[in-house]
Amino acid sequence: MSNASTPEERRERRMILLLLAPALIVVGLLLITPLVWMGWQSFRGPEGFTLAHYARFFTDTVYLSSFVQTFRIAFLVTIAAILIGYPIAYVAAKSQGIWPPIILGLVLLPFWTSVLVRAYAWLILLQRRGIVNTALTKAGVIDQPLILVNNEFGTVMATLHILLPFMVLPLYATMKKIPAELEMAGASLGGGGGLVFRSVFLPLSMPGVIAGSVLVFVLTLGFYITPELLGGGRTFLVSMLVSRNIEIYNEWGAASSISVVLLVMVFAIFRLASMIIPFERIMGTK
Amino acid sequence: MPTSLHPQKVGVTIRNAVKRYGTFSALDDVSIDVAPGEFLSILGPSGSGKTTLLGLLGGFVQPTSGSIHLGDTDITHMPPHKRDIGIVFQNYALFPHMTVGENITFPLRARRMPKDQWPAKLNAALEMVELTGYADRAISALSGGQRQRVALARAMIFEPRLILMDEPLSALDKQLRETMQLELKQLHAKLGATIIYVTHDQREALTMSDRIAVMKNGRLVQVDSPKELHDRPCDSFVASFIGEAMLLPVTRNGAGLSLDGQALRSAHPLPAGNDLFLTVHSEKLAFAGPQTAPEANLLPGRVESCLYQGESVRIFVTLDGGQSVSLRLPSNHSGWQMMPEQGQPVTLALHPEDTIVVPKAA
Ligand SMILES: Nc1ncnc2c1ncn2[C@@H]1O[C@H](COP(=O)(O)OP(=O)(O)OP(=O)(O)O)[C@@H](O)[C@H]1O
Ligand SMILES: [Mg+2]
Repeated sequence: MSNASTPEERRERRMILLLLAPALIVVGLLLITPLVWMGWQSFRGPEGFTLAHYARFFTDTVYLSSFVQTFRIAFLVTIAAILIGYPIAYVAAKSQGIWPPIILGLVLLPFWTSVLVRAYAWLILLQRRGIVNTALTKAGVIDQPLILVNNEFGTVMATLHILLPFMVLPLYATMKKIPAELEMAGASLGGGGGLVFRSVFLPLSMPGVIAGSVLVFVLTLGFYITPELLGGGRTFLVSMLVSRNIEIYNEWGAASSISVVLLVMVFAIFRLASMIIPFERIMGTK
Repeated sequence: MPTSLHPQKVGVTIRNAVKRYGTFSALDDVSIDVAPGEFLSILGPSGSGKTTLLGLLGGFVQPTSGSIHLGDTDITHMPPHKRDIGIVFQNYALFPHMTVGENITFPLRARRMPKDQWPAKLNAALEMVELTGYADRAISALSGGQRQRVALARAMIFEPRLILMDEPLSALDKQLRETMQLELKQLHAKLGATIIYVTHDQREALTMSDRIAVMKNGRLVQVDSPKELHDRPCDSFVASFIGEAMLLPVTRNGAGLSLDGQALRSAHPLPAGNDLFLTVHSEKLAFAGPQTAPEANLLPGRVESCLYQGESVRIFVTLDGGQSVSLRLPSNHSGWQMMPEQGQPVTLALHPEDTIVVPKAA
């Protein structure tokens, strides 16, 4: 290939490489270096090379239960994001004029507030004598305050709130690309609204569902602040496992090994998803 | 022996249909009767309202006022899926995630037809469009012409009372388009369904239709048979839109007609008004010679240029009055024998029967 390229093409390629160099150096320094260092740490013990950090996955039950809980919460958040995000994206994709930017703007609005602030906001809303419990008690719906925070529910709720845009935006983009004529064709052929939605619109929007699900799922796997603040110690997710290992035990090797395992799992999820839809579509570049 | 498809024939009546978007009229008082079994083309420039008119019939566009009847049924406010109208969309609108067979049987599924009756219908539909054996193909694995035929089969399998087609051939290359025109025509003859066919290709409309409705700015300008439309256009818009026509301004001269001071004979009554145009189709002009009829109008001029176009040579002539016309000679031996030189003075003959005068379009 390079034999066939002309001197101009080669010069152009060198130029492009040169222009990319600053970005490549930044990515190399700030992303690749820590990853390599982390990988190296995970195999290092007091007496040099060791597999002891990885062996703990099979001996320490906290590891297993933490990973199981993390995946369960990621799964719940993803399902909830589909159920809530799909109708929002649908309405935005189908509405006209100024409505799509308004709806998408409302979806994106939370992005402008820090995750920490939003987590505390949920704490205030959901706590024992919070707004939700007070309102429900006053309305006579409940006698006893519901336990809405310091458990998985609070974690799922707040994480969902923060990650919902990652479901809505790919869904919206996919739905916008479904030609309106397909639904018109479905109707002209005798299909009622339900049938046309089920057999035409829904299947064609699936790439968006998959893209959004992968993003939300993967991001939840590594989420830290909301489970820490709203889990109340009842949720012990992988991210917290990592932080405890460093903060309390100063165990960089153990923390690194957990991160490496989580990273490998995330890569595996992307790999699986890319067998269904191309990676570029998940990341929204196509 | 597979069952064949027999759409019922039904006529269409559109009465005073108006469609406004704000103050803009996409359709402006359109009325037309389409006979059962007729092949009607809607011809018009871009933005003239053709798709809007089809949308009105399909139920995707609600008229601001007016009514639509299918046979005796008022369908003005009927939802699209109840209308039983087969539509072939401009880009076919095939469902990309379904196979050919699933696409074509969609109308049967929508009508909850028992599944054991599907294969016979599907085979008949595939056979009709000559795609037997393609049922399991993916849509992405079809050529443009094949997609068009799948769309056609899908629109016909439920034996609709009316079939609408929105520029179904515009995406195809010239050769395939001409083949498909013939196939569509044969299919129409075989089925006898009422077809309303949108195109902005005048040659396609002339080739295929029983009648042609010419649209401009949301209005129907003329509805006539291809021959009438071509030979007797009602105004300068239709005349310039149909065929290879040149319009030369002429003036009324008593009961007669004059082109730059030269008297012309026309076998047809002159239209009213003072802005008149002579419609000159290139095929109606000939070089004057011994075989020219004595009553023919003779137009002297000078050859401007000759343009070789394969099957014929188009010769541009500037008349002595300064106006430009063109005529054709076949690119065969006798044609080349008669071929004039550039700059050569010539006399063109136009028979009074072919001397068509139209008023300026509104
Ligand atoms: N939803 C709409 N809102 C506003 N104007 C519209 C709408 N739909 C169509 N129009 C206008 O109505 C006119 C007719 O449109 P239509 O699509 O019927 O044209 P057409 O004859 O099919 O043109 P083409 O040959 O380009 O397909 C156009 O000027 C178009 O801009
Ligand atoms: Mg159109």
